[in-house]
Amino acid sequence: MSKISIKRLSLYYDSCQALKDISLDVESGEILAVIGPANSGKSSLLRALNRLYEIDRASIEGDIRLDNESIFRLPINVLRRRIGIIFATPVVLPGSIRKNISYGPRLHRKLSKSDVDELVERALKSANLWDEVKERLAESASFLSGGQQQRLCIARTLAMRPEVIMMDEPCSGLDPISTAKIEATMLELKKEYTFILVTNNTKQAARVSDRTAFFYLGELIEIGSTQRLFTSPVDRRTDDYIRGKFG
Amino acid sequence: MKDKIAEKLLLFIALSAIISLMLITFFIFQQGIPLIFKAGLGNFLSLKWAPTRGGFGILSMVVGSLMVTAGALAVGIPFGLAAAIFLAEFSSKAIQKTLKPIIELLAGIPSVVYGFIGIVILVPFIRETFGGPGFSVLAASIILGIMILPTIVSISYDALLAVPNTYREGSYAVGATKWQTVVLLLLPAARSGIVAGIILGMGRAIGETMAVIMIAGNALKIPGSILDSVRTLTSTIALELGYAAGDHRGALFACGSILFLIIIVLNIIAIRITSRK
Repeated sequence: MSKISIKRLSLYYDSCQALKDISLDVESGEILAVIGPANSGKSSLLRALNRLYEIDRASIEGDIRLDNESIFRLPINVLRRRIGIIFATPVVLPGSIRKNISYGPRLHRKLSKSDVDELVERALKSANLWDEVKERLAESASFLSGGQQQRLCIARTLAMRPEVIMMDEPCSGLDPISTAKIEATMLELKKEYTFILVTNNTKQAARVSDRTAFFYLGELIEIGSTQRLFTSPVDRRTDDYIRGKFG
Repeated sequence: MKDKIAEKLLLFIALSAIISLMLITFFIFQQGIPLIFKAGLGNFLSLKWAPTRGGFGILSMVVGSLMVTAGALAVGIPFGLAAAIFLAEFSSKAIQKTLKPIIELLAGIPSVVYGFIGIVILVPFIRETFGGPGFSVLAASIILGIMILPTIVSISYDALLAVPNTYREGSYAVGATKWQTVVLLLLPAARSGIVAGIILGMGRAIGETMAVIMIAGNALKIPGSILDSVRTLTSTIALELGYAAGDHRGALFACGSILFLIIIVLNIIAIRITSRK
């Protein structure tokens, strides 16, 4: 059984259709890369999966199932705890590094000080950030560098113990070294989590993902194993895109 | 050439505003301070206010002003903050566009009208429901609380809207409800703006005169309860300046100086808080 199963999903912002009749499965424990040029519906797909589209006042048709249960029947806070998201620009909340990480878990259960200490340490270690910040957990998180902020966001998501982690161009504003650190983190975490990685960087998709889906103007053009899709794409548009002819 | 003239003209106008403020300040202190020295600090800070017979104690008025202001905040903060949160976070654009100007319109109603409504409706209501004269700390607090609402609401609303949307998304993304996001994230993030709004509202409450004269009763003693009559610094100046002469007049200017100091301190605090980021 697939971790996530999307059936005939369409998404509309007012009159504009951002996703057109998408059906696709995400398998447990894989990294699925979603590539495509701007306006192809990649981010809308992620915002549909954790129902963040609701705050954009978008409307939706079709069904999405998580472990064979419709996400529209799950309480929204449970859904968003199970499917975490990392945005393109790191969203650092006001307050200390420690507070940034404990913010999510605190919403769902009571935590003692030692619980928080343990949680913060484990999350930061998993996100490969612990060694860089362990001396200054009480300091404001806004002083971290861009790459560190993004890893802090990953730590914050991990602290929720999600099952699926979605990343929306997580490295778009980062230098190659920070990008490499985040990719390494993803490959380590793959054992325990399922990833959906939206990226503009086709090389990144080729480096880290198991399967890749190519979106174009709201449609799913092609999906398959990353190696197959990058070496012998079926659709001409996929071929053009990965060769850099447009986008 | 035209530019030069316009520049000089604007400079002159800007300076004249500042100069008139300086002149007012100088005048108030120049008229008030000598009396404080003449009467002595002990007399000035006592309870005995009999300015025609050498009693210049302003303590009961200072306490009265502070009580009424505190009462106004007790009314204005919860209602103002709730309105700002509702407008900024829980209502549609259409509702915001209708309600915000209406709330701001409250600031345009003359204070004598507030006082009038207080006398006609609030004072009899308090007298019949809770006893006492009706003209009371409670009546003044409620009316002033309503009068400072527009300040608190619009500044807090702007502060909430200034919180970046990414914070909200980040909070929703980890499963926070709207209410949790407001309490745990947005209010702390907008704190400096909200506090500044409250302090500006406080300045307005402490300086308000006409409405307070009409509904506070103006008895010269420290009120024992919120149902007792009260007199503020501003009321005293307005009520007595018309017939005051000599030291009495000086004493009223001394009241003005104290009021001025309180408001300057409040404004400095507000500026400090808003500029800290």
